[in-house]
Amino acid sequence: MNVRSQISMVFHLDKCIGCHTCSIACKNIWTDRKGTEYMWWNNVETKPGTGFPTRWEDQDKYHGGWQAKDGKLELKSTSKAKTVFNIYHNPSMPTMDDYYEPWTYDYQHLFNAPEGPDQPTARPISMVTGELINIESGPNWDDDLGGSPIYAANDPNLKGLSAEQQAQLQAVERLVFFYFPRICNHCLNPGCVAACPSGALYKRGEDGIVLVDQTRCRGWRACVAACPYKKVFYNWSTGKSEKCILCFPRIETGQAPACFHSCVGRIRYLGVLLYDASRIEEMAGKPDEELVEAHRSLILDPNDPEVIAAARANGIHDSVIETAQKSPVYQFVKEWKIALPPHIEFRTMPMLFYVPPMSPVMSNRTDGKIEHVSEDLFHDIDEARVPMQFLANLFGAGHESKVRYALRKQKAVRWYRRALTVGDVTMETAERMLREADCTKEEAEAIYKLTSLCTFDDRFVIPPAHREEALQMLDGVFEHKQAAGFGFISGPQRGM
Amino acid sequence: MSAAANQLLLVVFPYVAMLIFFLGTIYRYRNAPFTYSSLSSQFLENQQHFWSLVPFHYGIVTVLAGHVVAFLLPRHILAWNSVPLRLYVLEISALIFGLLTLTGLIGSVIRRLTVPKIKIVTTSLDWHVFLLLLFQVVSGLYVAVFHPWGSSWFSAALSPYLWSLVKFSPDINFVAMLPIMVKLHIISAYTLIAMAPFTRLVHILVMPNPYLWRKPQVVRWYRRFVPGVS
Repeated sequence: MNVRSQISMVFHLDKCIGCHTCSIACKNIWTDRKGTEYMWWNNVETKPGTGFPTRWEDQDKYHGGWQAKDGKLELKSTSKAKTVFNIYHNPSMPTMDDYYEPWTYDYQHLFNAPEGPDQPTARPISMVTGELINIESGPNWDDDLGGSPIYAANDPNLKGLSAEQQAQLQAVERLVFFYFPRICNHCLNPGCVAACPSGALYKRGEDGIVLVDQTRCRGWRACVAACPYKKVFYNWSTGKSEKCILCFPRIETGQAPACFHSCVGRIRYLGVLLYDASRIEEMAGKPDEELVEAHRSLILDPNDPEVIAAARANGIHDSVIETAQKSPVYQFVKEWKIALPPHIEFRTMPMLFYVPPMSPVMSNRTDGKIEHVSEDLFHDIDEARVPMQFLANLFGAGHESKVRYALRKQKAVRWYRRALTVGDVTMETAERMLREADCTKEEAEAIYKLTSLCTFDDRFVIPPAHREEALQMLDGVFEHKQAAGFGFISGPQRGM
Repeated sequence: MSAAANQLLLVVFPYVAMLIFFLGTIYRYRNAPFTYSSLSSQFLENQQHFWSLVPFHYGIVTVLAGHVVAFLLPRHILAWNSVPLRLYVLEISALIFGLLTLTGLIGSVIRRLTVPKIKIVTTSLDWHVFLLLLFQVVSGLYVAVFHPWGSSWFSAALSPYLWSLVKFSPDINFVAMLPIMVKLHIISAYTLIAMAPFTRLVHILVMPNPYLWRKPQVVRWYRRFVPGVS
């Protein structure tokens, strides 16, 4: 057992209202520089939809992530031999067209326009070339389905859905969508790190945050291609790759990352998970249907004396172990099993988990009459307007069982609380539902509390950074703002 | 060329160029490590990038490797060339790779002139590099066509000259007689070497060889002492 600590995350999709506050918080702090305008380290997608960059989940196009050949892992986009031949031109590299060309507006014209019969307008200007452009797409062009069925129809997660199910997704006046906020997953088996020819990308040993060493990055762009979530971005101005840093300067000072802090729906949870680093490769090579369970099995019980001893032996501070014991993420992922990794079939072992959304679960019965309590208490989960297969493609590598388990438990908790507070459901029914959903009353209460009544300190259990043990001391959080990194002070200017 | 010019350009200049190269790259690596990048523009334009950058790099890497081999193993090259057929094969292959380089380079220049997004990320320094490279490649091709069998006379005449420079006992008897185009080709090569530290050419120095033998995953520890982790 090689115990390591990882700062992990849970996003509760039922609570996401799609307001994009997280994206803006992130943009204002980190990606408002030249060359980063198009980057959204945090973005919120509408599902079904094409996402950002367009159809990023389609690995036939982008070649991101790993594939297992007889249990052996290989990157889809590159290998040692391929790096030698593809270093001049990366065949899997997306271009700006797959994202969008960032723009601003000619606001000055509103003030400077000569007097005339028309209202002056502010025309869009490219932030790359500075020329006037016609806007053809944006980072969020399919927001709330984008007013057209074509975005939803092009969602790669529709794979395996029957024509009837696809039609159901788009039925007039029965359209359905939910939000899917995304940041870097800070994976256990990151494709970006494994692909980097320069060894510039690395995972921090202490907390598992994945970073790009800006001095060592040479712009070979292999990381951009290898990340299946397309969360490493190429800065076209500096010639370096950049990615979500999980606001580590904030985390090191005990603050939640900006996107977590600003989340209006309070959907985000952050906490420590202890995991067994010696089994990552083996688990990431399991067949698709076993992946969710294999991933979960890497996460260790922080209350197990054996794990605690092994963690201590590995130099993990007692205070970090203590934080792991209070981790909300551990409860969601390991105890309750209602949070699932996104696209585990990419085999990067993402450490950001999602609670699949219940809200669109409504019967699609034609009369508009929905029978809530039938003999089969969970019938509406399988008849939901978001087909189970769709959610399974997102959170279960195409297999429904884990998603169904999470949704059943969530429904049981709701009905149990309903029996308690509203009273239109009998406690007898509620208890039966809990039993069938593999949930106790205590667990239901705990889920209810952490989902509905969670305070700041419940949601974010941040480990102390132990700066006194760090190789390099950082005095102030903003000391290196707008600088290119640590250890040297030079602005992020393009090379000669 | 006069004797003085020969001395200046073929003896003094190479030493100056190498000195600038070493001091310049080291200074830049230590003081502005952030600026060491391939400055790839593939993200902004993909199609022409493939058709120009791939032939250019494959061409120039092969041709450069040929120069290095002739420099290091002149006897082997001469032995190989002792059979005419083998000489023709070598010369024609070299010419093909040279033409590949030129095609790629011209494509690259056109791309940088015509694609607006690429124009934005092209500096005037880049244009100087392009001009010099163009001259280098065109003069090289001229020499290959009009002064043929270069693989043999490089091994016989230029290799000893270059070795004499390396051994700090310059001997230009071998090169002083060579045609003007060959000399210009040599001098412009020195200019490129001298310019390299101040241009994007430094990306050649950071070719990521360690990738071939490193473990896929990289973990860095910030703690001073990590028990149990080597």
